[in-house]
Amino acid sequence: MKLTLKIWRQKNAASEGKIVEYPIDGIEPDMSFLEMLDILNDELIVKGEDTVAFDHDCREGICGMCSLFINGEAHGPDRLVTTCQLHMRKFKDGDTIFIEPFRAKAFPVIKDLVVDRGAFDRIQQSGGFISVNTSGNTIDANTIPIPKHDADRAFDAATCIGCGACVASCKNSSAMLFVSAKVSQFALLPQGKVEATDRVLNMVSQMDAEGFGNCTNTGACEVECPKGISLENIARMNREYLSASLKG
Amino acid sequence: MAKSALLKSSIAKKVAMALSGLFLILFLAQHFFINSTSVFSPDTFNSISHFMGNNPLVQFVFQPILIFGVVFHFVMGMVLEIKNNSARPISYAKNNGAANSSWASRNMIVSGLVVLAFLGLHFYDFWVPEMVYKYVEVNPLDETRYFAELTHKFESGIRTAIYCVSFLLLSLHLWHGFNSSFQSVGFNNKYSKSLHTLGYAFAIVVPFGFIFIALFHYFNH
Repeated sequence: MKLTLKIWRQKNAASEGKIVEYPIDGIEPDMSFLEMLDILNDELIVKGEDTVAFDHDCREGICGMCSLFINGEAHGPDRLVTTCQLHMRKFKDGDTIFIEPFRAKAFPVIKDLVVDRGAFDRIQQSGGFISVNTSGNTIDANTIPIPKHDADRAFDAATCIGCGACVASCKNSSAMLFVSAKVSQFALLPQGKVEATDRVLNMVSQMDAEGFGNCTNTGACEVECPKGISLENIARMNREYLSASLKG
Repeated sequence: MAKSALLKSSIAKKVAMALSGLFLILFLAQHFFINSTSVFSPDTFNSISHFMGNNPLVQFVFQPILIFGVVFHFVMGMVLEIKNNSARPISYAKNNGAANSSWASRNMIVSGLVVLAFLGLHFYDFWVPEMVYKYVEVNPLDETRYFAELTHKFESGIRTAIYCVSFLLLSLHLWHGFNSSFQSVGFNNKYSKSLHTLGYAFAIVVPFGFIFIALFHYFNH
């Protein structure tokens, strides 16, 4: 396949970036998108040019490290996959492909296509956990009866890998799908209910402080989420938040 | 939690937007019901309009609440729009929004501003003359004038066309807004599918009903 890549290049957080065009040839349809970028970087090294920086780690679709806004969509045109699981067969010979970083004020660009998603870590640190004794006398979680329906929904919420595709896809750069998944995975389980009030208040407060926009229910996040996190979680978080505010 | 923190939170703003929107939907439903009587019975339309225009509870309690509701929905919408735009200082070179969301959901500010401009015309057409008639010129009560005032406005083809286009945008605003309001207040369960059907039906029946009424009077004047 012969392609034209239009890639966002930015030296560092302080510099201004721009789209730079790179023609590339010899791409196999069965390559992953990141392998295609590896080939581009090999060519740039041979030419003595600066390689394109992009995030990646497991390349198995489970770590949440890869990102990229490809041809106008987070993780590209495929559904329920991360960029590392996107294959070049989703494109046609001769295509022009725009590759940009996830854009949000709360996700500043570090270099080229790499953004700082530390805002998600700070939201998690503000309440995305349960306080349990892990010194050795732990109780088997399976001794607590949990309705199957609740366990399944909690598990579905917990599959969020925190990649940030929801923020990148939302026209308002809202982080509510991510935060609601993290709130829901605990709120649905008995172990999480103990700290539910503080959790949702603190996580929403941190989310707002990070400068994310407001959710307007377009549903773009749910469509682009590589793990299929449902909007049902946002409704649950809204309920949890209103209820916690009235209690607190 | 401090109340000031709650009021400043993104979720509280979202819920306030949703509740004011649901309130305006209720108003729209009753307005549509009253206007639809003008097609079937001018006398009924006159009677209801006379009641609405002279009942103290409607005039001095419901009407100010309604005006507050409209202003609040508009101001909050603008505040959220500005905040949301600032959350992404650099736009994408290529953004395929149509791949993941509806035009109506992405352009609520556009449809909302058109509806707001229409409300300005609507106030100029009906509310201002009504206030002048009752409180400036202090004319005697006349229960039979309302139907003639309504049909007189729809003698103009341009005004009728503006009304029809505005209602199309209102339909798009409701198409997303009705169901979005319920999601915002936390309503998402087994009844949501039925509610969505109701929301889409409302977004079609009411605005297109208003269009029918406007065209009916235009072609029958």
